[in-house]
Amino acid sequence: MHSSTEPAVRFVEVVKTFGGADQCHRVLDQVSFSIPKGMTTVIAGGSGQGKSVILKLVLGLLRPDAGSILVGGQDVPKLGYKALQQVRMRFGVLFQGAALFDSLTVFENIALPLRERTRLDEGGIREKVEQTLDQLELGGHGQKYPAQLSGGMKKRVGLARALQLEPEIVLYDEPTTGLDPVMTREIYDLFARTQQRLGYTAIIVSHDIPQVFELADQIILLNRGELDVFGRVEEIAYSRKPFIREFAEKTMGLPTPGRI
Amino acid sequence: MNVVQQSINRFSSFLGDIGDRFSYLLTDLGNMGIFLLFSLAGLFRRPFRLAELMKQVAFIGADSLVVIFFTALSSGMVLGLQGYYSLSKFGAEGLLGSAVSLTLIMELGPVLTALMVTGRAGSAMCAELGIMRISEQVDALECMAIDPFRYLISPKVAATLIAVPLLTAFFDVVGIFGGYLAGVKLMGVNGGAFYAGMEQSVTNHDLRLGIIKSFVFALLIVWICAGRGYFVQQIRGAGFGAESVSRITTQAVVLASISILIFDYLLTAILL
Repeated sequence: MHSSTEPAVRFVEVVKTFGGADQCHRVLDQVSFSIPKGMTTVIAGGSGQGKSVILKLVLGLLRPDAGSILVGGQDVPKLGYKALQQVRMRFGVLFQGAALFDSLTVFENIALPLRERTRLDEGGIREKVEQTLDQLELGGHGQKYPAQLSGGMKKRVGLARALQLEPEIVLYDEPTTGLDPVMTREIYDLFARTQQRLGYTAIIVSHDIPQVFELADQIILLNRGELDVFGRVEEIAYSRKPFIREFAEKTMGLPTPGRI
Repeated sequence: MNVVQQSINRFSSFLGDIGDRFSYLLTDLGNMGIFLLFSLAGLFRRPFRLAELMKQVAFIGADSLVVIFFTALSSGMVLGLQGYYSLSKFGAEGLLGSAVSLTLIMELGPVLTALMVTGRAGSAMCAELGIMRISEQVDALECMAIDPFRYLISPKVAATLIAVPLLTAFFDVVGIFGGYLAGVKLMGVNGGAFYAGMEQSVTNHDLRLGIIKSFVFALLIVWICAGRGYFVQQIRGAGFGAESVSRITTQAVVLASISILIFDYLLTAILL
């Protein structure tokens, strides 16, 4: 299942702590894992376990206390400003609340990365944005403002914006927070279709279990600074770790081996 | 022994607390220093956002004209009345024009304009950036490899540096007119003497002092208000979410206002 080529992202013994010396909270404790290219990796775990921290570390928005984070062979924490900008160009990010700019229309939000980061003329930008609007079923909403959109529509616009620079890796940070089950299903179907069409690597941070696992080629479970990597959902049930067994029972209703 | 140990523990905890606060203060000052440098550097980075600059100049400058007009008019009229009352005791009503104009140009014009802009536009700037920060819009810019300083902050810096000195000049003119109304039209001071006094006493040096002050105050407003909003999540005790934005906005307005008053004294002492 996993690609034999170089991984899209690789964490090597990464440590990340928050808080001062007296209230130190170690979110990641020497964690190592790889995200294979072209696959979908789901990162799951309870609140405050560091799921979103992993995304921020990959993007260079946070710096680890120790360890390496390799993207395309480059160690992100050691990069200078310009090199970091180049690495960020390889990513598209869909934020939890979509992070759309309130004062810009849907069209302007989607066009923003093209206007700022490419040399496309206004005609080219219009053509590309309208094509994306149609592909993501947003046609006719281009002149609306984010405040006029539903939660699901905002996520679509966020995804449209994230895909404009044709990223190699797309990060989804809790993409279905605040959506009802029907909309959640629609959004996950959209993610699957879009990834199939464009072939990028997807990293999804979510607590939407077990729905999100249906998209996963690889699952990373985080607990108290440590993590476990699984290739398939069923593997989770066979883990010997008490935390994982409890997780499997509580969140997915999977029977642990002792009960099979 | 137990009491001694407790005292030692308390003292070391006290020292630790001081060290912690000092370390936080240094980090905060460092962040704000870097913020200022990056914001100023962003002024020279292409592509320039001229449309956004014009929008900000309109918001900070043109939209403040009404509040500046009424502040200036009332300040000038009060100065005219009080100046007349004080000067008439010495039979020196003829000096009213120079007293009103010098006070407005060197002192009240720059300070009151800066305070009004802080309350009206500085607070809005802080809240806008704070909301953009907590709703991850600033992170989104960084993830798209768009420099948030060039895109968001620098147009505000440039607009404040353009608008505040112009508003100060407007304040001075309206204030002097207010002083004229109160002194000449209401109290009967000779109009020629009012203008002659003003013309003879106001020098280029006085005008320069007012202009320098307005530039420094403009920089303080945008630095403190935009900076506090930008770092809203890193400020200790700010809380979270909407509450953090409201607290930091209040803090930014207070901090900017106090800084303006302190720098007013320092600049007057150095440049007078």
